[in-house]
Amino acid sequence: MIEITNFRNNHLIDPHLEIWEWPIAVYLFLGGLVAGLMILNGVWRLMNKQTDAPASTRMAPLWAPVLLSLGMFFLWIDLSYKTHVYRFYMTFQIASPMSWGAWILILVYPAQLLAIGIATEIKSFKGPFRFLNLPIAFLQAAAFGKEKLIAWLNITMGAGLGIYTGILLAAFAARPLWNTALLGPLFLISGLSTAAAWNLLSKPAHDEEKTLVRWDLALIAIELMLITVFLIGLATGPQGHQDAGELLLGGSFTATFWVFVVIVGLLLPFWLELREVTGRFAPKWAAPVFVLVGGLALRLIMVYAGQVSHIPDVEMLSGGF
Amino acid sequence: MARYGMVIDTKRCVGCHSCVISCFLENEVPEGYTRDWIVEVVSGKSPDFRMELRSERCNHCDDPPCVFVCPCGASYKEEGTGIVLVHKDKCSGCKACLAACPYNARFINPKGYADKCTFCDHRVKAGLKPGCASTCPTKAINFGDFDEPGSELHRLMEGRVVKTLKPDAGTKPQIYFLL
Repeated sequence: MIEITNFRNNHLIDPHLEIWEWPIAVYLFLGGLVAGLMILNGVWRLMNKQTDAPASTRMAPLWAPVLLSLGMFFLWIDLSYKTHVYRFYMTFQIASPMSWGAWILILVYPAQLLAIGIATEIKSFKGPFRFLNLPIAFLQAAAFGKEKLIAWLNITMGAGLGIYTGILLAAFAARPLWNTALLGPLFLISGLSTAAAWNLLSKPAHDEEKTLVRWDLALIAIELMLITVFLIGLATGPQGHQDAGELLLGGSFTATFWVFVVIVGLLLPFWLELREVTGRFAPKWAAPVFVLVGGLALRLIMVYAGQVSHIPDVEMLSGGF
Repeated sequence: MARYGMVIDTKRCVGCHSCVISCFLENEVPEGYTRDWIVEVVSGKSPDFRMELRSERCNHCDDPPCVFVCPCGASYKEEGTGIVLVHKDKCSGCKACLAACPYNARFINPKGYADKCTFCDHRVKAGLKPGCASTCPTKAINFGDFDEPGSELHRLMEGRVVKTLKPDAGTKPQIYFLL
């Protein structure tokens, strides 16, 4: 028998860490979504120049800075010293993933704005958005003739942003659930999938829709594979990783993880999109909505469960003195 | 150059919480929080039980993950002492250091910045021991410089079983517990 009594009772620390809540999960979700929108836009520009893709190449570049700013707002409301937010930009800490992230978040804006510039299909806004016509004309002039460069810029910056949202958590060795190199690719692929879903809900053209559904099927398949490897890694790792895996494989986050992430977020949309591809009936809104729900659920569960996971005390490993 | 740390004798500790109270008063720790605390571990099989009492705090690690993850450069290891400190004016309250600490030794001060044990650096610079080490009635908490030849800390560890907390974390804690 072993019993450990810790007399510490610090707010948000005990009985387990609860320092990051839903705003961080929403920020990670929006960061991944924006990364995906940037990559899909860039890839579409490079690969399907001839196909009209209003959702991926016209609407997505407009949404990207708005969604990213919203994500940064959620990041800001989570800070406990809000007036010191400028401190992120007074230094660059090379060993800190969060410092890299803070600068990436700023550096993606020019790439996003230039992407608006190459969305030459944007003619003119009317009504309350008229004021956007002048800056967009300026961006179009700045981006003229640089389509390929801007597409690559969006792909690389988007990939950096998407991977960063996973690396941010993966860098915390003290939290075994997060401490895996798979988290970067997993969040990037999930971000791409949510971006495809977002574009599918943004009135895509017929051929664009068919392509996006096929891409999303592949992305969901890769995500399922990554989650499987992630769980195997936890279950076969050292004690702290096994305990962390237990949270998703029988512990307190099991039901939410399997229902919202795996079934609703991955298997159900995979089945619906497979039906669509094979010409059978499937409501067009359903798969994208489920993918978005699953993407958000993945971040929420990872943020909350990761804080519960910890490196076990040495006494617990040895079973006593 | 010094490398300050502690050697804490778990056989001498009686769990009186004097260290906690002295820290609270010395550092004006906000109510409801604590920079050091007692951990009681009971193990064994009836009737052979053993109890270990530990006074714990920030381990002032030689490889401090809280310092590496800080995006603002607010967390730092002080040159010349090895004490891990927080520049509260530089802290943004992002809480990355709290997540990075395997010992959960940090907390967010109600004023917004990350807070933790400082080894009472203001006392150390004045040639005094940290509040907890000065107050400990059983002399279980011993503070000193590990780099000092013939240091009292090394003498205390001679012939004793010594451990650090969560060695797997790879942080190289500078607080050693005598069993």
